[in-house]
Amino acid sequence: MNPDLIVTLVKYAVMFAVFINVAPIMVWVERRGAGLIQDRPGPNRVGPFGLFQPLADALKFMFKEDVTPALVDKPLYLIAPVLALMPAFTTLVLIPFGPTITVGGRTTPLVVTNADTGVLLFLAISSLGVYSLVMAGYASNNKFSLIGSIRASAQLISYELALTVSVLAVLIPVNSFRLTDVVAYQQRYGWNCLPQILGCLVFLIAAFAETNRLPFDLPEAESELIAGFHTEYGAMRFALFFQGEYSNMAALSALGATLFFGGWSLPFIHYPHNLLGAVLGLLTLVAKIAIAMAVFVWVRWTFPRFRYDQLMRLGWKFLLPLAIVNLILVAALTVAGVLKPLNP
Amino acid sequence: METLIFVIFAALAVGSGVVVVVHRSPIYATLSLVLTLFSMAVLFVLLGAPFVGAVQILVYAGAIVVLFLFVIMLLNVQQEEGAHARRSAQLVAAILGAIVFLGMFWLAFRQTTLRAPGPLTEELVSLKGLASALFTDYLLPFEIVGLLLLVAVIGATVAARRPGAETNAPQDDYVAEDPSSGPVLPREVRS
Repeated sequence: MNPDLIVTLVKYAVMFAVFINVAPIMVWVERRGAGLIQDRPGPNRVGPFGLFQPLADALKFMFKEDVTPALVDKPLYLIAPVLALMPAFTTLVLIPFGPTITVGGRTTPLVVTNADTGVLLFLAISSLGVYSLVMAGYASNNKFSLIGSIRASAQLISYELALTVSVLAVLIPVNSFRLTDVVAYQQRYGWNCLPQILGCLVFLIAAFAETNRLPFDLPEAESELIAGFHTEYGAMRFALFFQGEYSNMAALSALGATLFFGGWSLPFIHYPHNLLGAVLGLLTLVAKIAIAMAVFVWVRWTFPRFRYDQLMRLGWKFLLPLAIVNLILVAALTVAGVLKPLNP
Repeated sequence: METLIFVIFAALAVGSGVVVVVHRSPIYATLSLVLTLFSMAVLFVLLGAPFVGAVQILVYAGAIVVLFLFVIMLLNVQQEEGAHARRSAQLVAAILGAIVFLGMFWLAFRQTTLRAPGPLTEELVSLKGLASALFTDYLLPFEIVGLLLLVAVIGATVAARRPGAETNAPQDDYVAEDPSSGPVLPREVRS
């Protein structure tokens, strides 16, 4: 077998292991976090601190009867939950998780695909995630599902613009679309979240909307839409949507950490270019993703839900102009020489 | 390996393209269109133009086709499946389409030398090369295309708005509708 292929597969397996474990861990964190914030214990019966609760949940999902409602559009109904996982598990190939390392005489950058168009590809693939929601809502043949999925797609399209523009601003001084260059830039000039605080905030808010999380979880607002687009799904199929939601959160957290918070690197510390550096880099990235996920949970249980028209107004009339202002500001600062380009 | 990927995605593009045209359900046709665009993006990447591929997905599959789906789902076009145009109208449309297509074909190949700005080099299809070509040599066409899209958007908005209809954008302090009149439903649902 081609050694390059093996290296790539190993790198993918590492990132896959990180992303696949996000959902079970986050289920526990989310429920315990909710308990903490609402001053109640949360799940605490299964194992110490309820740590084995995700296992129990997984078993429940697996052994539950898998009901397919009679009048659903069968092919679309079956494909939709699988597609929910696709964006996160595809885009993780673009996230760098360590320095360029040399192991056994073979030098390799710690990113599965160091594509020339890295960030663009990330945005393109994650923009395909909306089809899962649309298909689920349409195929379920249920008005709550349909309303949920229409809300989801409108919301995703609207916030994608603000998100993309805030991401583009980061790339101006970096002068490259590669995420490895973005990390290299921040190693030299410090984290982007300081000079680009506006863009960072826009990215954060848009990320909440892109992942359908509270305060923007209109697509599944349980008090009005039962469960939105996944109303008609149960057992493992529902679990796939669940996993998809958390994986997408992790993917966006990883992108945010890489763009604004130095990615796998820490300021003033240089990791060695060997296996130790790889482990440290991966741990740093995972820690940053974990912090971002904790913020997701914290916000979810603290903020009330927006109304739909407020959501749309915030996206189009506030976030998008703010993102454009940030873009112009960063471009001007770069031209003026305040923000130094990576390769002048 | 590359040949294999090419064959798979070329077949997928053509196959789903056929589905777009022949499938009776508009939803399935639109979703096949996404598959076609995605396969074409893969082909672009194989041809050494990853930027075009990424933009193809980002713009077409990620945004425009979602809007198509949106319209189809909201209008519930499913019910109009059987309502095909008359045979004679179909014939006329087919003949006109063929004439336009052949005309374009003829125009394109009439010139013995297609005006190409030199061979495509690695530098030209790279992001920097593409950007500097678009924003220097081809700036005017680029801006005109932008203007054209803007005009199309404004035109669509004007055409979609019924004459005399007030703006129905929900305001912060909107008044609840008169409950006796019932919810406002689309025409198909009410009848």
